[in-house]
Formats: sequence, C-alpha cells, structure tokens
Amino acid sequence: MKKIMVLVLVSLFSLTAMAQEKKSKNKKVEFNVAGNCDMCKKRIEKAAYAVKGVKSAIWHIDHTDIHLIIDETKCSKEDVAKAIAAAGHDTALVKAEDVVYKKLHDCCFYERLE
Amino acid sequence: MLRKIAFLLFLLPSFSFSQETVKGIVVDENNEPFLGANVFWFGTSVGTTTDVNGAFSLAKSSETTFLVVSYIGYATQKVEVTSNEIKIVLKEVTNLQEVEVTKTKKSTEHSLFSVTNVQTMGQKELLKAACCNLSESFSTNPSIDVNFSDAVTGNRQIKMLGLTSPYILMTEENIPAVRGASQAYGLSFVPGTWVESIQITKGAGSVINGYESISGQINYEVLKPAIDIPFFLNAYGSTDSRYELNAHFNQKYSDKLSSTLFIHGNTRIGKNDMNNDGFLDNPIGKQVNILNRWQYTDAEKGWVSFLNLRYMNDEKQGGEVNFIPDLDKFTTNAWGSEVNTEKIEISNKTGYVFPDMPYQSFGFQNSFQSHKQESYFGLNQYNIHQKSYFSNLLFNSIISNTKNKFTTGLNFNYDVYDEQVALNFTKDFSRIDNSVGAFFEYTYDNLDNFSLVAGARVDNHNRLGTFITPRLHLRYNPWENAVIRASAGRGKRAANIFAENQQLFASSRQFSILNSDGKLYGLNPEIAWNYGLSFIQKFKFLGKETELILDYYQTDFQNQAVVDIDFSPQEVLFYNLDGKSFAKSFQAELNVELMMHLNLKTAYKYYDVQTQFITGQLERALQAKHRVFANIAYETHIKEKGQQWKFDFTYSWLGKQRLPDTSSNLPQYQLGEFAPSFAVMNAQITRTFSSKFEVYIGGENIGNYRQDNAIVQNENPFGTYFDSSMIYGPVFGQMYYAGLRFNIK
Repeated sequence: MKKIMVLVLVSLFSLTAMAQEKKSKNKKVEFNVAGNCDMCKKRIEKAAYAVKGVKSAIWHIDHTDIHLIIDETKCSKEDVAKAIAAAGHDTALVKAEDVVYKKLHDCCFYERLE
Repeated sequence: MLRKIAFLLFLLPSFSFSQETVKGIVVDENNEPFLGANVFWFGTSVGTTTDVNGAFSLAKSSETTFLVVSYIGYATQKVEVTSNEIKIVLKEVTNLQEVEVTKTKKSTEHSLFSVTNVQTMGQKELLKAACCNLSESFSTNPSIDVNFSDAVTGNRQIKMLGLTSPYILMTEENIPAVRGASQAYGLSFVPGTWVESIQITKGAGSVINGYESISGQINYEVLKPAIDIPFFLNAYGSTDSRYELNAHFNQKYSDKLSSTLFIHGNTRIGKNDMNNDGFLDNPIGKQVNILNRWQYTDAEKGWVSFLNLRYMNDEKQGGEVNFIPDLDKFTTNAWGSEVNTEKIEISNKTGYVFPDMPYQSFGFQNSFQSHKQESYFGLNQYNIHQKSYFSNLLFNSIISNTKNKFTTGLNFNYDVYDEQVALNFTKDFSRIDNSVGAFFEYTYDNLDNFSLVAGARVDNHNRLGTFITPRLHLRYNPWENAVIRASAGRGKRAANIFAENQQLFASSRQFSILNSDGKLYGLNPEIAWNYGLSFIQKFKFLGKETELILDYYQTDFQNQAVVDIDFSPQEVLFYNLDGKSFAKSFQAELNVELMMHLNLKTAYKYYDVQTQFITGQLERALQAKHRVFANIAYETHIKEKGQQWKFDFTYSWLGKQRLPDTSSNLPQYQLGEFAPSFAVMNAQITRTFSSKFEVYIGGENIGNYRQDNAIVQNENPFGTYFDSSMIYGPVFGQMYYAGLRFNIK
C-alpha cells in the first residue's frame, strides 16, 4: 500500500517536472532592458543576436523591454541578459557594470534600474 | 479504489495544459460597446479586437494574467484576469496634459533603410493627381514620366529610367498584372480610388516576382477589406465631358472575415476637337469595372487570405469627328478606331505565419486572368485574347537569426494567346507560353548600417529556354541620415511586339518583321542587364527639413526586339538588335519643407537612350534628353471637425526631343528633326469639410500647350503619309475638372 502511494507520488512529480523542463526551440521571452534611444536599440539587439540560439530580438523603446525568441537548447534568457548587460544596458535579470555604463554615448545615459 | 486514485493523480498534470479562453466585453461609461478596441495580453503581441458588440474571446496566455485594453481617445487599461469572463469599462481621456508633437506624414516616402531603391506613394499623394486611374496617378512623381502614346486612343504611357512600360514589371500586390495583352491600356483599367499605395522600385526587381523586370518594378496595393471604411463615394466631372463614379461598400462579417465591393464607372460622351484637325482630341466611350474582395484573417492561428473577383468592360471610340461606326467601319468614308476590352480575373493569396515563429511563413498566390481586346484602327484590325494562369509558392524563414532571412519557392506561368493581326498582311499569331521556375533570395541585415538582398532564379520557358536570372541589391548607411544603394540584375522577356506598340496601328505605316527564325514572332527574347547607384541624404538647411536624392541607372540590352520607325516614315520594322542599345538615366531630386505644411519637390533628369538601328546608332525618338520637374504642395492645419485646404501645383519642362525621321516625306508632311521644348502645368485645390466630405477642383495643362500638327495628313487619313503616333506633347489643351469624395467611417 505504502509502496504504491510512494510510486504514484514519485511518478507524479517526475511527470510534472519533465513537462515543465521540456526545452522549446522557439521560446518567447520578454524582460525589461533599460535604454533611451535608437542607438541603444541597435546596441541591445546587436548584443542579443551575438548569443548563439537567439533567433529574434526586438527591443521596444516605449515599454523598455526586449521581445526574444530563443532556442532553449542553445541558450537561456540569463545568457542573453548577461550579454546585454556586458554591452552596458541594465536588464531585469543582470545589471551592467558601472565602468561599461560610463563608456556609453551621451544620449544613452538611461536611468539605472534599482 | 487506490488504483483508481493513482490513475486520476497521473492525469492531474495533463489537465493544466488544456487551453482555456477568456471571454469579455469592452464598453464605455454609458455601457456602449466599442468596435475594434484592442485587447492584448500584457507584454505580448497576442491579442484581438472587439467586434460590433464590444465582445472578444482570447485564449488564456501562459505568460501573464494581465490584459491591456485600448481604444483611441480613451485611457488604456491594464486589468488582471481572475475568471473566464470579464467586463472592461474605458474612460474618455479629457485632460491631455502632454504637449502633442505631430509630424505631418509625407505623401511620398523615400526610405533610408529598405535595401531596394523603393519609394512609396501613399493615399495622400494619389489624391493629388487629377484623376482617375493608375495611368494618371504619376503626374506628381518625378521618377515616372507620363506621356500620350498617340493622338487617337487617349492612352497614357509611362516611362521609368528612360524605358517604356514593357520594361517595367507591374504587379498588383506582387502578382504580375499589366503584361502581355494588357500592356498598352492595362493601367487605365485600375481605378485610382482602389489603390492604397504604390511602391516604385528602380533597378531590377526581386527574383520572387519573376524574370521579366528590366528597368524597375511598380507594385500597387489595393485597399484591404479588414481595415476599410464602410462606405466611400467619389464623383468626378471635367470640361472635356468625362464623368466618373466610384463607390466602395465594405462589410465586416466577423472579426476574421470582411469584404469590399468596388464599383467604378466612367464615360466620355461629348466630342472634343479643340485643335480643329477633324479628329477627336480624346476618345468617347465608357467603362464599367467591378471588384469584390474578401479577406480572411485569423491572427492567432496565423492565417491571412484574400480572394479577388473582378470584371471589367471598356469601350473606346476615336478617330474623325464625323466617323459613325455602324456606317463607316472598315470603309474609307471616314477614319475611326474602336478598342473594346473585356477582363475577368479570379485571384487568391493565402499566407500562413507560424504562430510561435513569426519569422517563418508560407505564401501561396494564384491568379487566373482573361483579357480580351477587339479593336480596329482605320483599316487595321487587331484582336487579342490572352488567358493566363500564375502561381507562386513561397517559403520565408531565417538562418540562425532574423539578421539572415531567406525566401525560396516555385513559380508556374501559363499563357494562352489568341492573336490575329490584319494590317498590310494578315496573320494569326496564336500560341501558348508556359514556364516553370524556382527561386531563392537571401537577405542580410546587420541591424546597423548595412543590408543586402541577393537572389537568383532558374526558369524553363518553352520560348525563352532555360536560363538563370541573378539580382543583387545593397544598402549602406555611411553616416547619419544618408544611404547609398547599389543594384545589378539581369532580366529576360518575350516582347509582344503588337500588343506593346498598338499606337503604331493608328497610321498608314506598313509593318514587317525582318527575322523569322526566332520563337517570338520570329524574333529572339529580349535580354538586358541593369545596374544602378543611388544616394539619399536627409538634412536640415536653414532649419528646414531637406532631402537630396541622386540616382544613376544604366540598362544595357544584349538583345532587344527593335521597333524601327526611322527607316521610313511609311514603315514599321521589327528586328533583333544588331549592335548596342542602352538607356542611361541620371536624376537629381531635392525636396524641401519650406515652411510648416509647405513642401517643395524639384527634380532634374538626364536621359541618354540610344539604339543601333539599320540606319545607324540613333537617340531614341520621342525621348527628351533633359527634363525638369517641380511640385509645390501646401496644406492648412486640420481644424477640430476635420476642415482643411490643400493646394497642389506641378510644373514639368521637357527639353527638345528627336522626332522620327520624316525627311523623305513630301515637304508639307515633314516634322523636322526636333520637337521644341515646352512646359506643362497642373494644379489642384481640395477643400475638406469634415472627415466625411471633401470637394476638389483642378486643371490639367493650364498653360494650354498643344502639339502642332499632332496628326500628319489628317485631311486624308487613308493617304500614305497619315500618322497619329508621332506625339511629343499634349494633344488637347487645357482641361478643368471638379469632384467630390464622401465617406462613412
């Protein structure tokens, strides 16, 4: 009896766990990325595209968020956030380093997140 | 029992993946529903619009539980969806604290970022031209030259980069439209009010649309039912007794299916002979043109489909004023011409965009067209019935990311020609043309300052053989607000020598085809290479927005179906090119916003178009080497209820043109070597009373310039010197018109 219950519970967890972790080749991801202008848009998107597995990257100035389609088997959204932060733009997941931020063009000095 | 519980527990996770829908209604504070309010899941592009009852239905999103609802003039709302039914109330925005910054949209846009050298003419620009059908829509655009082809049919011919329309690929929503039998009058069979926008591309077009384009491509988009207004009416009348009526009826059956019925009718009932040469200045006649288009759009599932059904009947009668068809047809009592055309078309375009991969899609275009023309010009008869079937299957996707896009596909064409000519000889040129092809086009965009489009296609045509067509377009932004474009490409086409040169039938010239071993009327296919370079710089001069555009294009023919009207004024000779034939064109355009709402467009064009004829290398006849164009447009501020005044004035100057050789004619029938230079002016004033109603008046050829001696030997049209095709300028004098536009939104 106990064995059956344990078996059921374990199977249940593993089933759900597997279902949640299935990697999509076309996963839609969005997160906030700070930026001010067209130059920022180019820099942000360029940094995103440099990450292998990023299929589409569009940054919207009005909502300051990036819409990505990524191949989860090749990269994760954290990888993309890190690449964008390395280019000098704060993201909801990873912040840019002060040194890199200060090197940006005048028009790009966006308000730092947090 | 326990086993049953275990089974149910196993099924538990699968339930959480079932699709649930949220149904809702969007109303205002008085409980009035909104039609067309936008309802989107926050942070996504997944959404829909409300129907006539303000209702919507949306599949639940796995990413968010917040909906964003918006409607113009009302405050956008973000609401959390906690159940499967929701009611959203939008409040009118009354206190606009922000300063409204508006930039009046230009009527013609030159993009800094498209790879091809394309300019888009929007509806604003189309409304400025006098009238009435596509052949008359280009008078305010410096890149297209419009002239009359002959003094009898009133037909306008367009030229781009110095080459006539057969060398321009004309497509309707990317399906080849004006070609083959419809080459001569095809543009006059598309009413201007049906057109949403026109894209003019200089340089060989995309391989996706075919192998025929040589100097460029003109694509026009027809109004789409899903976004069209319920009712539109346009009435027009002019001093040369031409009347037109356009009515559009739009119906939205659901949020997915809509249709528009376009009805057009025109007639010219009065006979005009202002220059007293005994011939009608413009033909009398009538046209009825009906198009019904259905649009099905399912944005969530990714399907879009259009179905067009079209019927057109056009009758034109020209020639001598006292010509009566029933009595004088095919006799030498009087010279007259009738051109009767009937067109039927059924076409469908279906596209599918993969919902989770917006960069990947399929397209399938199919079009069946029947074009039947029965005509005579004096004693010359010409009948042609072309039935054609076009099919294009496309697949668009990316290579690793959206910086690298490609389109590939298959194309099939089938044309059945039933063609008879009765000139100085009688012959039946009926035939079947068919081709099968495959194409591939790669687009690279570095999202910064460079992009390119490289394409190639291979086709097998029963008369053109098997051949490859390469096309390349490059775009580079060297510095801010500047763009350099370069293009190169090859085009190959079958010249329909009679359909494309119908204006020559209205003469006493004798026709001969000098070659006989080719598959196209005895001639070989036309092959040409086109190269071009273009530079655009947008800048501010004395604080005014200015745009400088410089274009240079060259077309070199490897083979051409030469139409020789210089060898003898009594003959027309068709033969394969033996030597050089080229068209070089240079255009410099300067557009300035002189003041708020006052825009000036100026352009200078230089053409060097030469062909090796039997008698030597000559400049093409009836082509001006120098042309100057200026257009000034002024509009007043739009007041609360939509009141506005719009003024438009165009000035076109053409330098001298070489005339076809008439030196062997009797002295009184000689035209001289060059036509004089002259200028033509057009103007239009529009008064908009509200968003529903506007009236306009205007004048064409206000300076009343008329070509002297437009018709040679008009007093004896059955004599050997008769020729009405040597036209270099306007045949009728000034013309004034008025019209109104009424719509229900």
